[in-house]
Amino acid sequence: MSLPELITEIELLSLTITIGGMAVRVHTLDAQFVRMLEDRYAGFVGAADEDPEIEFDIELAAPRDTDPNADVSVRCEGSRWILQRGDFRAEWEPEARRGWIRQTANPYSIDAVLRIVHTLVLARQGGFLLHAASAIRNGKAFLFAGVSEAGKTTISRLAPRDVTLLTDEISYVRRKEDRYVAYGTPFTGELAKLGENVSAPVETLYLLAKGKENRIDGVEPGEAARGVLGNLLFFAHDEELVQAVFHSVFEFVKRVPVKRLTFVPDQRVWELIG
Amino acid sequence: MTKMYLARNPKVAARCLDGEMMIMSGRDSTLFSLNKTATILWQSADGATPLDEIVEKRICAEFDVPRDEALRDAEKLAQELAGHEILQVSEEPIVPGVGR
Repeated sequence: MSLPELITEIELLSLTITIGGMAVRVHTLDAQFVRMLEDRYAGFVGAADEDPEIEFDIELAAPRDTDPNADVSVRCEGSRWILQRGDFRAEWEPEARRGWIRQTANPYSIDAVLRIVHTLVLARQGGFLLHAASAIRNGKAFLFAGVSEAGKTTISRLAPRDVTLLTDEISYVRRKEDRYVAYGTPFTGELAKLGENVSAPVETLYLLAKGKENRIDGVEPGEAARGVLGNLLFFAHDEELVQAVFHSVFEFVKRVPVKRLTFVPDQRVWELIG
Repeated sequence: MTKMYLARNPKVAARCLDGEMMIMSGRDSTLFSLNKTATILWQSADGATPLDEIVEKRICAEFDVPRDEALRDAEKLAQELAGHEILQVSEEPIVPGVGR
């Protein structure tokens, strides 16, 4: 009779999720969770040898009563960021490019962590995430910003075949020198359809309004800035980063036309776009 | 009569766009759009110029309003802006970088 093995080799599984050109690698011991993430981020799974900007170790906790609708808290303590909501806690050290996430085996918690981390990274680079649908037509990206019920999903659903949908919910905007580029995201709204993982220079940002006709109107610069600021996705209570994002929005509206798009819910609205 | 001095809170972000001054609180991301009078107070809030001088030289020069009335309104507005942590107000000149 032989003694049982005292040491068992544990396989650490990894997955790289690349959004907006930024690779985030996650490590976990749970193969089923990795498969769940591969499905959730299909089209955004990067190559295994891609150099990640951040690596997260995921610690899966047993299911318990949690509230994913609880307020999110994002704060910086010394050199590390602490991200917390009812259903997860995460820490991230930007200098070390490493962090950890404690959550149950669900795709929503890590999705929230990724959104937050991307907003923090983009804030220092002149970019941002925006409550906006976005799409590419004729090689140019168009953003459709608005709060819930403004029509982001509707305009996405009405897009004709020659339009490549980047997202129906959260647009990803990165500054590249003097222009802005919109990237596809896996962050979905009611359409529940992942965006294409492609990018294009931003041509116009439309502030959405539902109305009785399809119409495009110019907006005053102040209204443009307010419109963009009002749709920003930003979670951190951090004075320096808030100031950075605020100024980024003004740089954006200086360089990208912002207009109001009033539309009725039918496909003819796309005759005005592109 | 006591003087009132104003200084900009360095923790807010401010941009003037097409004549409209917009300010965002760094603490809670609240966005403020200042009216003309508030914009004058913000632009003149150097910590060294007393409010009565700002009123006389900037507000009365721009708006047709009696000096005493303009000063009362400006004091009220300055306190309101201080309540939102947009401005700092003090009875003494305010040195930049030194909290009250």
